[in-house]
Amino acid sequence: MKMHYGFPIIAGLLIFVVAITAPFAVGKAVTKQYKQPEPKKVVGEKECIESVEFMRTEHMQLLNEWRDWALRDGKRIYTNHAGKQFTISLQNTCMKCHTNKAEFCDKCHNDAGVSPYCWDCHVQPEGLK
Amino acid sequence: MNALYSLLFVFLLVLIPLFGVDAAHLRSIFGVCIPMTAFIIFLVGFIYKVITWARSAVPFRIPTTGGQFKSFDPVLFPQNKLDCPQTGAQTFFRMVLEVFAFRSLFRNTAVSLHENNGPVVAYKSSKWLWLFAITFHYSFFIVALRHLRLFLEPIPFFVHGLEFVDGILQIGAPTMYLTDAGLVLGVLLLLGRRLINPRINYISYASDFFPLFLILAVALSGIYMRYYAKVDIMAIKELTMGLVTFHYHVPDAITAPFFVHVFLVSVLMAYFPFSKLMHMPGVFLSPTRNMPNDTRAKHHVNPWNDPKIMAHAYADYEKEFGVPMAEAGLPLDNPENGVPHDEADA
Repeated sequence: MKMHYGFPIIAGLLIFVVAITAPFAVGKAVTKQYKQPEPKKVVGEKECIESVEFMRTEHMQLLNEWRDWALRDGKRIYTNHAGKQFTISLQNTCMKCHTNKAEFCDKCHNDAGVSPYCWDCHVQPEGLK
Repeated sequence: MNALYSLLFVFLLVLIPLFGVDAAHLRSIFGVCIPMTAFIIFLVGFIYKVITWARSAVPFRIPTTGGQFKSFDPVLFPQNKLDCPQTGAQTFFRMVLEVFAFRSLFRNTAVSLHENNGPVVAYKSSKWLWLFAITFHYSFFIVALRHLRLFLEPIPFFVHGLEFVDGILQIGAPTMYLTDAGLVLGVLLLLGRRLINPRINYISYASDFFPLFLILAVALSGIYMRYYAKVDIMAIKELTMGLVTFHYHVPDAITAPFFVHVFLVSVLMAYFPFSKLMHMPGVFLSPTRNMPNDTRAKHHVNPWNDPKIMAHAYADYEKEFGVPMAEAGLPLDNPENGVPHDEADA
């Protein structure tokens, strides 16, 4: 049976197939092989305020809670899962060790395609851009 | 019952990766093999179905219209160019609105029966289905596009744009996406319509409920992963980029919720070409929508006519069957056709 309306149908199908397989072409041609970014390790301190696994997956929620606790509730002390206490402050606690935004925060955030709005209010540390 | 079976089946589908990953440790099966196989089934099945449709006969020009045809008095009765398209360009705009704005759902009406000195049937505009459908479809589309951040490196600008607009309310961290809420709300409304409206419930099969429950499960597992279970997104990007660069690798940091989500998406992809979800390419191929209503202006010959079957005009027909027609007392255009040949010769 002939395809009477073949051209527009095949053209449309082709556009769809190209669009949906484009990530494979881009991956093969542009990215080639992908490795997780490695944020700059901190020298001096051995441990973050929580475990590495916890920080990798939960830091955004923790920072959000820190903001609420510090600025809305006036609570400035955070007790971690191990019972150790820290001052709730992005600039004085987190950024004491993670000084360089470009080499720490941005490494993963760029690859994950997220742009947190921390820096709408906070002063950006050195290593900006 | 149809709804219940579909729901139970989706529950079963959630259990498979949970056992497969946590108990049987089939991480690369669930992380790489199943999604890639499902994608191939989706692609090949999709192409096969569309080619089959492209090869099937569309013998007649059957556009459905809902407006004024080009009339003898275009001032008094102007043509409705979108609801009665008569040229290719008008049909194109009709299709654009159909595909992007679901125009035929917007024109949906509800029928009701009233009593006023006898039964009275009333029709009124009913936009609910359109609202549910457009919320659902656009949310799902944007959610799917946003996932490109896991499949492309570097990430293209429009994905950042979607990410920004979608999370513009800046609620919580990770920020809540409007489309996540829209998708769940849309599915629940479409589902609720099938469950609550008795007439629609009556015509709903398991094949109507199953995709809805499956998409709901996909959405909820994704939401659970993003906002509650909190997975290691960079490890996941390593896996997904491994799929598109063909360097397969399943990092240890990835946890069960991700596998549940991916398995449900895989089921959705593999099920897609065999289901009602094929209305996605199908909307472009609707013969009642994609044809100009020009049968009164142009002569259309069915392209599927067998060229070996010749036209047989009535004059020739009467020549051939004139004698038995005359014997049966049927009127003839040309009475000479009714005279038997041997008599005429004599």
